Amino acid sequence: MTEARFCVPTYFEGVAMTQVNAPHAGPVDYQEVQAREDFQELRRTHRSFVFPMTAFFLIWYIAFVIAAAFFPDFMAISVWGNINLGLVLGLAQFVTTFLITGLYVWFSNSKMDPKSTAIRLELEARGAGLPEEDKH
Amino acid sequence: MNSLFNASSIDAGLAPLATAAAEAGSDVGSPLANIAIFLVFVGVTLFFVIRASKNTSTAADYYAGGRSFSGTQNGTAIAGDYLSAASFLGIVGAIAIYGYDGFLYSIGFLVAWLIALLLVAELMRNTGKFTMADVLSFRLRQQPVRIAAAISTLAVCLFYLLAQMAGAGALVSLLLGIDSGIGQSLIIAVVGALMIFYVFIGGMKGTTWVQIIKATLLIAGSAVMTIWVLALYGFNFSELLGAAVENTGEEALLEPGLQYGADLFTKLDFMSLGIALVLGTAALPHVLIRFYTVPTAKDARKSVVVAIALIGAFYLFTLVLGYGAAALLDTETILAAPGGQNSAAPLLAYELGGTLLLGFIAAVAFATILAVVAGLTITASASFAHDVYAQVIKKGKIDSAGEVKAAKMTVIVVGILAILGGIGAQGQNVAFLVALAFAVAASANLPTILYSLFWKRFTTRGALWSMYGGLGSALLLIAFSPVVWGRDTSFFPEIDLALYPLTNPGLVSIPLAFLLGWIGSLTSKVSEDPAKQAEMEIRSLTGVGAEKATEH
Repeated sequence: MTEARFCVPTYFEGVAMTQVNAPHAGPVDYQEVQAREDFQELRRTHRSFVFPMTAFFLIWYIAFVIAAAFFPDFMAISVWGNINLGLVLGLAQFVTTFLITGLYVWFSNSKMDPKSTAIRLELEARGAGLPEEDKH
Repeated sequence: MNSLFNASSIDAGLAPLATAAAEAGSDVGSPLANIAIFLVFVGVTLFFVIRASKNTSTAADYYAGGRSFSGTQNGTAIAGDYLSAASFLGIVGAIAIYGYDGFLYSIGFLVAWLIALLLVAELMRNTGKFTMADVLSFRLRQQPVRIAAAISTLAVCLFYLLAQMAGAGALVSLLLGIDSGIGQSLIIAVVGALMIFYVFIGGMKGTTWVQIIKATLLIAGSAVMTIWVLALYGFNFSELLGAAVENTGEEALLEPGLQYGADLFTKLDFMSLGIALVLGTAALPHVLIRFYTVPTAKDARKSVVVAIALIGAFYLFTLVLGYGAAALLDTETILAAPGGQNSAAPLLAYELGGTLLLGFIAAVAFATILAVVAGLTITASASFAHDVYAQVIKKGKIDSAGEVKAAKMTVIVVGILAILGGIGAQGQNVAFLVALAFAVAASANLPTILYSLFWKRFTTRGALWSMYGGLGSALLLIAFSPVVWGRDTSFFPEIDLALYPLTNPGLVSIPLAFLLGWIGSLTSKVSEDPAKQAEMEIRSLTGVGAEKATEH
């Protein structure tokens, strides 16, 4: 069912020499799977978590660095005893890093893994392996 | 006051201090005890490496440790790979002298791992086989993309390796009391030879065990010291900070600005470095290659989680140790000691636990260089043997045994280059090399990794423009920066040809590389195979076949 989709690309000469990338008429038509609703759903789920999360921690980190570089007086505001705002915000970077890590693990285990495993098992049952299996 | 922004204190910054160290000599602790404890480490790791060599035969064994490590083991090894000697000595020293700014530096190193966790680790594990180039060339034109990826991999490894080896000589004078230039060269050669032996016979399995053992010792050692320091102040961190300010007489120790706050350029330089650290870490080839040592994407995820926990805990320890050193030691004593601010951690160990603790910490610091250098060497050899030799020169017509043979030859060549480079770089200011390695990884590697994983319309031209543009612009900016021209620490202090005012190229080269990848793709006339794109996307998100591959 897949052969027709593997058109011969213009860069074929570069690819044909190596086995890793050689287009192979495998048992699975990946474009068809890609277009399927369950895969699109998996892809959406993934991106709707990792993209906003990445944007969040990058902005938060860069804001922190800007505060440290350009507003040292703000960072020097005392919070408790000798502990100032800079230290609190710095430690907050650690806390958010650990929190995002925990959130991501929860998200992957509960939202991603069931969906991705279902598709993986189905494709493997249809005979999909690695592009090039180790030859030993 | 070091007004000039300087990544030097960290990592290779050890090198320029070698000369000073040679004059001062080591007057605390016992070099014999340090050497004895280090030899115990060598003995234990040798045992594991030789054991590992017995079942290392295929390319998957050699490059990827047979994909037999658990997530926890690999996460520990990642921490061992990442926490270089000077990340320990350098950050503790920077906090002891510059206070808050040293801490600021460590935060970037940790936050960076979120990129690896969220965007890179699992998708790379699912898509590739041994190297970064496997992933980048998956749906683009094999040959040119693979060559570009191999070049940037080798460049990053080389910069990092040189910095580590140059640091080794200085560390030796600091910790073992070997002062003469010849003595240090000899030690560099011994370290290099040991490393070649480890990697040659043990491959990735041996390297991983060295890193696991080292990470465990480093983190356990610094945990003990941290609790010790905190106990001296009744586990009251605020009191420790107060004591640090009082002892040093430096009110600003708790605020940002002592190191990076001099002027606009030092501030921008710090931002550039911070961005390069955060975006470069997940694209360091020796970090990426570690994701292939585990059987599944889930284990790759666990690896990063464990690494984040260990690295995060470690940097919290360095915060306590740095301020502890400021509170318990004289600033003058630290700066006058061989190794300058890098000696803060060893001196603190001596202050707390005498010769024995100092010996332990010294041996751990030394072991660290060995482990990091081994990790870089196996990465460089995998990249050359797998990407350049097997896939490009031999066009894939090579068996697993032939590839392993080529990799082992590369290990010897890289090892010898590292030894010669390390000896040659002694006493040179190669501090910028580590920051440069991160900047090159962030500019030449990360855009292409992210584009090829997440952007359907990415093309070969985009990849090549981005990789060569990122690498080239980073090198060019460094060549015309104050690292080379016009400052006391430059190669040519007398002539000022520094057209670029910062010492870190990241602020310009990283956005440029992202832009080039985008423009290159939009202007390509040839579109890439949509079937390969579909296959890559499905593989990256589901891990089809990736697990089965490990069961042979």
